Amino acid sequence: MKINRRSFIKSAAASSALAAAGSIFPGISFAEWKKQESASGKINWQKAPCRFCGTGCGVLVGMSGDRAVAVKGDPNCSVNKGLCCVKGFHSVQALYGKDRLKKAQVRKNGKMVEVPISEALDVIAAKIQETIKKHGKDSVSMYGSGQWTIPDGYVASKLFKGCLGTNNVEANARLCMASAVTGFMTSFGIDEPMGCYEDIEAADVMITWGNNMAEMHPVLFSRMLASRKRKQNVTIVDFATRTTRTSQAADKSILFKPNTDLAVANAICYEIIRNDWVNWDFVKKHTTFHKGKTNIGYGTEDHFSFKDKPEDITFEEYKTFLEDYTPEKVQRISGVSAKDIKYMASLYGDPEKKVTSFWCMGMNQHVRGTWIQNLVYNIHLLTGKISTPGNSPFSLTGQPSACGTVREVGTLTNRLPHGVVMNEKDRKMAAEIWDVPLSNIDPKPTYHTVEMFRALDRGDIRFMWIQVTNPMVTMPKLKRYREGCLKDDRFIVVSDVYPTPTTDVADVILPASMWVEQEGLFGNSERRTQHFDAIVPGPGDTMSDTWQIIEVARRLGFEKQFPWGEDEYIGKIWEEYRRFHDSPKHNMAPYTVLKERSGVQWPFVNGKETRWRFNTKHDPACKKGTEFDFYGKKDGKAWIWARPYEPAAESPDQEYDFWLCTGRVIEHWHTGSMTRRVPILHNAMPESYVELNPEDAADLGVTNGENVKIISRRGDIVMKASINGRGVPPRGSVFVPFFDENYLINEVTLDAFCPISKQPDYKKCAVRLEKA
Amino acid sequence: MPILSYLVLPQAGAMEQLCTDLSAIECCEVIPSDNEEVIVLVTDTPDDNTEKTLQKTLKNLPALQSISMTFGHSAE
Repeated sequence: MKINRRSFIKSAAASSALAAAGSIFPGISFAEWKKQESASGKINWQKAPCRFCGTGCGVLVGMSGDRAVAVKGDPNCSVNKGLCCVKGFHSVQALYGKDRLKKAQVRKNGKMVEVPISEALDVIAAKIQETIKKHGKDSVSMYGSGQWTIPDGYVASKLFKGCLGTNNVEANARLCMASAVTGFMTSFGIDEPMGCYEDIEAADVMITWGNNMAEMHPVLFSRMLASRKRKQNVTIVDFATRTTRTSQAADKSILFKPNTDLAVANAICYEIIRNDWVNWDFVKKHTTFHKGKTNIGYGTEDHFSFKDKPEDITFEEYKTFLEDYTPEKVQRISGVSAKDIKYMASLYGDPEKKVTSFWCMGMNQHVRGTWIQNLVYNIHLLTGKISTPGNSPFSLTGQPSACGTVREVGTLTNRLPHGVVMNEKDRKMAAEIWDVPLSNIDPKPTYHTVEMFRALDRGDIRFMWIQVTNPMVTMPKLKRYREGCLKDDRFIVVSDVYPTPTTDVADVILPASMWVEQEGLFGNSERRTQHFDAIVPGPGDTMSDTWQIIEVARRLGFEKQFPWGEDEYIGKIWEEYRRFHDSPKHNMAPYTVLKERSGVQWPFVNGKETRWRFNTKHDPACKKGTEFDFYGKKDGKAWIWARPYEPAAESPDQEYDFWLCTGRVIEHWHTGSMTRRVPILHNAMPESYVELNPEDAADLGVTNGENVKIISRRGDIVMKASINGRGVPPRGSVFVPFFDENYLINEVTLDAFCPISKQPDYKKCAVRLEKA
Repeated sequence: MPILSYLVLPQAGAMEQLCTDLSAIECCEVIPSDNEEVIVLVTDTPDDNTEKTLQKTLKNLPALQSISMTFGHSAE
């Protein structure tokens, strides 16, 4: 723990008074002292990104002594300009829950026993070696997170892919962002948004596609509302499967039937072409047309495999394809009136209007997630409304560093920090920077997340190290994967900050540093990398996830690849990592710049951030002599894809006649392991529930707060009904937030996924309801 | 830049009020006991003038019964 002279003297002053009190008042106690509530006085403020969502708000953490006692928005951060949401404003309290994990634990004779952390790290290293010796290198695995810091993910990838030689590295961002990635890669050949948050203030129209931004990205939504108030001619349209707070604030709310966003997007393109709203100059110079396979399956069986087969088509063939998607035809399947489809099309098609589309989990957690991303990009490409201020198809990120860590460092089975394992040039670069033999890096990807947990269940994987995530709440079709973890001859290591259902299945628990207890970096939705110092000491034996991995790596004999000292390792890791991105298309800012500023966007070229990519005026990586250069594709042209409507993996039928959708609420972050320990947030939203349409509730004979049993082919759960609350689903649909570990809704969901991205669909499966 | 600590006793029944009043004063860190009507107060002022003003403020708090210094440090 670092302490300065002044803090030391103040501690001595307090100790003197406490000692004096103890001698005058025998038995006096100060044990329940809640320092955050009573401390005041001199507060030192230090910058950090917020711990929670992918917006990446900058905060200032207020320190009094060695405790974080206050937090406010950082006015120097352009993301939020001093504003925070309810979670951000209470974020520091999440550091101080009563049951914080402070000691390492190892399972001995069936019981978890506290041990020195060095002993736990010895056990982990020995188990990795033993498992590899017995079952081969692909029997060990690492499952990380979009809440990993960038150094966490980097050292995990280096150890497992570079040193141990296995591609069994996945992260929970597979469950939240994989379709966003494959959408970018198939449409543009390169990942991450081309725009930035300044698109909000520049746009005339903003359309949210299946995205409850008012609750999920509230600070960005506040910027949208502020822009509408300031400019007077801004329109916000909410296009969703249920009515939410976003719908209530929007100028127009349009509801669609689950999965039919595919059909509606195609219908919008049909209208754009029919009305000759196509930006022909842009389309001819900067796009090409393609189609892929159809009837591509849903991935519900083990060892499911799919490889798409792109084919070139002509514009005329694309136009013919769209004839199945007239607004009148799409009205019948989507529930969206032809009038509303034409209205949305007219917004996109109006050459005077700048249009930004925002989406997140509604389009990502989708069995055709890659396709729906392609289709929304199609709309922007046909109209040329892309890569200019206010014209932006914007894929928002859920987690604080799904972009910065999982996508940019490449902590997925097929990825490397630059490129993919299948590419020899990319492997050579990794081998050189990591100082490992080229033969160490396996050219064949192994398992995506769902298949990795299936492999653990089958016994193809025997060891899994889980960091900064809670899969025993979040895996779809949860029961199978929990039982898999508990099988004989499986060894599970969990690094976390609080006990969770995932630590319940662990053989070793490592107490992790949390957020500003360690130095680190996050990367947000708009390509902004944000550095934070270690501001508060962690309790007990807590250790940063990065350092845990380094300690294990050294025990495995890889001191040469992990040589850094504890006082310098983050800066050294960053400078090593950024070598992978040394090009105008992806250059990252130096460590010294990141330490000074409240976030820096990449590509960072010649001291300047790139705010709009692929536009020659703003992006130095573009070829000169052209207005746009989609340099992710060999010919510099973006792809317009003919992708059809296909139904969900499991739709309501006679036996299971309701749609089930899952998601979040503003008060809680993910599985609630942090936010449910903040009293104000917990009290504001103490328990999960099932949202029902009032007419469905009346048919069921259920009133607000009464128990409802939700039954699927996978399992069942009893929850309290919420009727006419903050969200109202249409008839035939229910919605359940997943933040409450007392209600494991994923025991009911289905592990179907997009065959291209392998991202599961948490928004659609079939259930029936009973009054309980 | 003086740093001092005190044991502070409230008037009868005024523990909560005194904690609130002390918490609102700049340069004060307040540690109330959970089983006695006693407060540990740590003050950290940037200069002597601020220290003098603070001491005057403390002595004039209506909810305060007595204040006894237990530690003192000055940079000089």
